[in-house]
Formats: sequence, structure tokens, C-alpha cells
Amino acid sequence: MKPSISSRVIFGVLAWIAALVMFFPILWMLITAFKTEGQAIAIPPLLIFPPTFESFLAATNNAGYILFAINSVVVSIGSTVLAIAIAFPAAYALAFFPGKRTEFTLMWMLSTKMLPAVGVLMPIYLGLKEAGLLDTRIGLVGIDTLMNLPIVVWMLYSFFKEIPGEILEAARVDGIGPRKQMVHLLLPLSGPGIASTALLSVILSWNEAFWSINVTASRAGTLAAYIARFSAPEGLFWAKLSAASVLAVAPILVFGSLTQRRLVRGLTFGAVK
Amino acid sequence: MKRYQNIMGGLLGVLCATGAAHAATLTIATVNNPDMLQMQKLSPQFTKETGIKLHWVVLPENTLRQRVTTDIATNSGNFDVVTVGTYEVPIWAKSHWLDPMTGLPASYDVKDIFPSVRKGLSYKGMLYALPFYAESSVTYYRTDLFKKAGITMPKHPTYKQIAEYAAKINDPAKGVYGICLRGLPGWGENMAYIDTLVNTYGGRWFDMKWQPKLDSAAWKNAVTFYVNLEKKYGPPNATSNGFTENLALFSQGKCGMWIDSTVAAGTLWDPKTSKVAHDVGMVDAPVAVTPKGAHWLWAWSLAIPKSTRKEADAKKFLEWATSKQYLALAGKTFGWVQTPPGTRISTYDNPNYLKAAPFAKMVKHAILTADPNDPTLKKVPYVGVQFVAIPQFEGIGTEVGQQIAAVLAGQKSVEAALKQAQSSTARTMKEAGYH
Repeated sequence: MKPSISSRVIFGVLAWIAALVMFFPILWMLITAFKTEGQAIAIPPLLIFPPTFESFLAATNNAGYILFAINSVVVSIGSTVLAIAIAFPAAYALAFFPGKRTEFTLMWMLSTKMLPAVGVLMPIYLGLKEAGLLDTRIGLVGIDTLMNLPIVVWMLYSFFKEIPGEILEAARVDGIGPRKQMVHLLLPLSGPGIASTALLSVILSWNEAFWSINVTASRAGTLAAYIARFSAPEGLFWAKLSAASVLAVAPILVFGSLTQRRLVRGLTFGAVK
Repeated sequence: MKRYQNIMGGLLGVLCATGAAHAATLTIATVNNPDMLQMQKLSPQFTKETGIKLHWVVLPENTLRQRVTTDIATNSGNFDVVTVGTYEVPIWAKSHWLDPMTGLPASYDVKDIFPSVRKGLSYKGMLYALPFYAESSVTYYRTDLFKKAGITMPKHPTYKQIAEYAAKINDPAKGVYGICLRGLPGWGENMAYIDTLVNTYGGRWFDMKWQPKLDSAAWKNAVTFYVNLEKKYGPPNATSNGFTENLALFSQGKCGMWIDSTVAAGTLWDPKTSKVAHDVGMVDAPVAVTPKGAHWLWAWSLAIPKSTRKEADAKKFLEWATSKQYLALAGKTFGWVQTPPGTRISTYDNPNYLKAAPFAKMVKHAILTADPNDPTLKKVPYVGVQFVAIPQFEGIGTEVGQQIAAVLAGQKSVEAALKQAQSSTARTMKEAGYH
């Protein structure tokens, strides 16, 4: 049965309101980025004003945006590749050879996400220091990999569960080993799932701020650390902070919107049976 | 398969290359204050003179404190120069985390630094940091509104007068509130102001045996006065207003008076950022029972952490960035009004600066008369006007700040909040081993 026109209109309006409420902070950040510091603090807030690039210039001048952006790209892609390389065989084993403890193992992995990051700051900080990896991109890649690993394993596991086990079983009957099964069968069959897992991992890593601020100094900080530079205890900084935030989120927003179709498809994959 | 191996190998290679070695430079941890940004802009001059390259790590104030603490405590040596305030210096010096500032050359003229600032940056008579700029607190007011109401603001107002004036100029219908005060909870936010209020009401945080005194009559009187004043004549939702929010409110013409840091003067007197640039006045911070501790002292300063391996180069930078020559360079480059204030006597003898900064004499007076070593009417075992220089104060101050914000929001009575504040402070002090 098709929903009536009036209910479609009501749901449509509600969806638009929800979307606008969620989008409003980003819109306001974008508007503020084109104001001067004086306009940014105006009461009542200004909606119509001559736009200026002053804050963008201030945010990029001497602030090393390019270095932070390169770090963000290297860390998010590096950690994603590493996480998938580790999670792929793990999810394969968990999905196709379930044992008594499979469910427990999966829950245990996810439970590590429930621990507040600051709780392990000291051991990880000291570990990185001893390994000479403080303020290096390798150190941050390692941390982000570990941080995203439980989610990546879970997502790949749920995608693999959608693939009929008989296909792999037939391959095993023909004498094909686990490595070839993974590379020649599982990899092509779960392509969309791996792509959406990778996209989510890149986004999570890109937005990660706690570790990026706490284990880097002048060389390996990502764009999250770049934004943090613009919050000041004194003086006016709202316009510059907004411009810096726009510059930091713009690449991932563009990336996210370009891959939106695949991301949504991957996230809802297997949701309806 | 070989292709996959090549790809993986290539990726690992890229990752290794990205963490490759780097040239020797000084790494400086700092905050994003306007004066610090100027320092970054002028730093190529230092590199030109000495050949020493500089890397900047800029962080929000609380993150910086936490980040630098971790770095020094673990002896990691990520930072060669750190930005510290008058709160950290005595604590970190006591823990042997900072290099003492000895052997400064005669040309540096250390005696030119304001004595109160030098005292604030010393521990057991030894200087541990060099001041980059210093601030105190004062009363800002709108000269046009006062004139219209037929009031003359005295140079040394009392809190009784402030309450009377706030009532007279309060006009919420026209969007003008009698007074704006910090309400945002935090040891460096509402408590910085409330501490000065408690001091001038004759109160103190601790007695000589480190017993908290938050249940005293002085605290009750001060907090009751603050809450009544702000509720009657302050802007709505005052618990969201910290320094930055009040700066925005005052510069947009929404406040008749504002008691806060001297660093706001630059923004308030600048027509580009302030609608009331031609109608701002500045007088002393108000007094209630005693002038002691009625206005604060804070100096953003540069120090050398013990964990650095480049002490000599770091010291060269400190001497350069806090020298008379640097102040002159900043004045000539950015305009004299932008010179980092409050550190050197010679700045206040400079006719160029005095001409450009109409508030200069007031700031000098406020900084010279603030004494972090004698901040209260009754004797105290601690240093600090708007803070207590012990490591536990960040937690204690913020917790008490939240209690007072709850009173301002109408969720609690003054008595209940101070009772809770007293017991939580006593518990923290006991756990920390003070008694």
C-alpha cells in the first residue's frame, strides 16, 4: 500500500527539518568563516554582510596547513590499509570457522572501544616514547589502526556473513587453501563491503583528535591538531577558528559526498533480509 | 601475488619515509593569544640573527598545560621552550621541572621587569621564567551611559558603588545590562574573578594549616553579592559567559560595566572590533573590605623545561623574545598599541607607547599593586591572587566554580553550594596529604 500524499508531505517536511537542524552548525561555521572577527561577534548575529577571505588568509598564514593536511591523508589512509590487512583474515576466520568463543571474541574486541582513551594515555605515551615514535606519523598510524580495528573487524565480519559459506566450501573441496580463498574469492565477492569499511575507517581516522593532539608536537599533527591551534584564551578568534575548521573538514566532506552512495549501500548491506 | 607484495612494500616504504629524521630546531609550545601570534610572525628575525630554526606547537590553554605536563613528567623532551603562566611557575619549579633563569646578560636588564611580575615568576627567590606579557584586572565602563545617567565613575570604586551604578544604567529593554561578569565555571574562568571578590571581602581559600575556609562569612558575603548583582543587572544565561563572551558583549555595547582582564583594552579601544571604542573608560578593580587581592596578576611567560637537550639555544630565544629590543620591534612592526604589555618599566616610559595606549598608566598601576605573595587580608600559606599555586587547585577551583555557577543558574542556595564546596575541598586536601 502506498502512503497517502498528506503523510508523504508530513514526513518530507519532518525529514527536511531534521536535516536542517543537523546541518545548521556546519552552515553557521561556513558563514562565520567569511566574516571578520568583529562581524563574528555581532549581536544580533549577522546574516547579510560583505564576505571576506581575511580569516582564511589568517588561518593559512604561518599555520602550516599543508603539512597538517598531508599528515591527515597519510595517517588516515595508512591506518585504514593496515587495519583492513589485519582485520580481513581475522574476520574470515571468525565468519567461516565459528567456534565456541567467536561471539565472546567479537564482543571483547568491541568492548575495547568503551574504554575512555585518556585511561590508556600514559602507557601508550610511554610506549611510543621508548620506541622513539612520539610525534611521528608511524606512531599515529599505529594508534589509529588499533583504534579502528574492532569496528573494521565487525563490519567485515557482518559482510562476510552475507556470503554463502558453500562457495568457499566448494573451493576447499577443490583443494584451494585459505590464502587463495581470501584473495581470489572473498576479496572480489566482498568488494562493496570492504570499500564502505575503508571509507568509514578513513573518516574516523581523519576526525580523530585526542591522540593527534596528545602524542604529536610539531611534525606529525593532523588537521584535528590544526583546528585546536585557533582556540585562544584571550582575544577574538571565532572567525579564524571557523575558517580553520572549514579548511579541515572540507576534504573529508567532499570525499564523503563523492562516495556517499557506496558508503550508504555498504552500511545498509545485509540490514534487510 | 607478487603485485600485492609490491603494493604492501611500497606502502610500508612511504610510512617509514614519513617518519624520517629532521633538522635540529627549537620546538616551542604556546597558546594562540594575539601577542603570541605576533611572536611567531617576528620569529624569522631571530632565525636570521642566530641561525636557529623554530617550530611552533600551538594549543588551547588547558590542552597545552596537560600536554606539557605529560612531556616534562615523562622526560620526553618534545619541547625546548614552553609557555607558562604565574600558576605553573612555582609548582613546576618546586618539582624541579624548569631551568632557573640565571646568568642573564647585563644588556637584558632584568631589573627593568616589573618587580611584582618577577616575584610572580620566582620560587624561593629564584627566577624560573621570563615574562612575555602581563595582565591585571580592572573595571571597564561606558562613559556615554554614565554621562547620560549623571554619574561620575571614581578612580577607585567600591563594590557598593558598582551595585548602585549597575542599577542606574541597567536597561534590558534597550539591550544594555548594568554589568557583565564571568559566569562560565572553571578555575581560570568564573573563579579567577570570584577569587578577587572573595579576597577583597576579606576571605581566603585556606588558613595557615591548609584548612579550607569556604564556609566563612567572607565567602558567603562575596558570593551572595556576586549572584545578586549578576541576577539583577547581568545578561541572561550568564553561566555561559567567560572572558571571550563578555568581550563580545561589551564591545557590542551590551554591558554598562565589566570587571576583567587588562588585555581586553586593546580590543575595546579598537574601532575595528568594538562598537564602543570611543566610549570606554577604565578605572581600578572595585574594593569591598580590603584592597588586598582585589585585582589579579597573570604573566604569560616563557620557560625552559628540564627535559630539553637544547638549553643554550632555548635561553637565547627566551632572552630575545622578552627583551627591550623585541618590544621595540613589535611596536614598530604592528603599531605601538600592540606592544606586549605589562612586563617592562621602560615600555611605560616610552612616549610612543604612552601616546598610542590611553590605558597604559592604569595597567601599570594595576600590575604594580597586585601582590601574589600577599593576596589576602588574613595570612595564607599559598601564592596567587586569583589562584592557589598548588597542583590540586585546577580540580578544586573548577569544582567550586561549578557550585557557584549552579547558584547563579538558580539551582542551589549560596549556603548549600558553599557547604558542598567546603566539604569537597577538605576531602581533596586530605587525600593530597595536606592534613
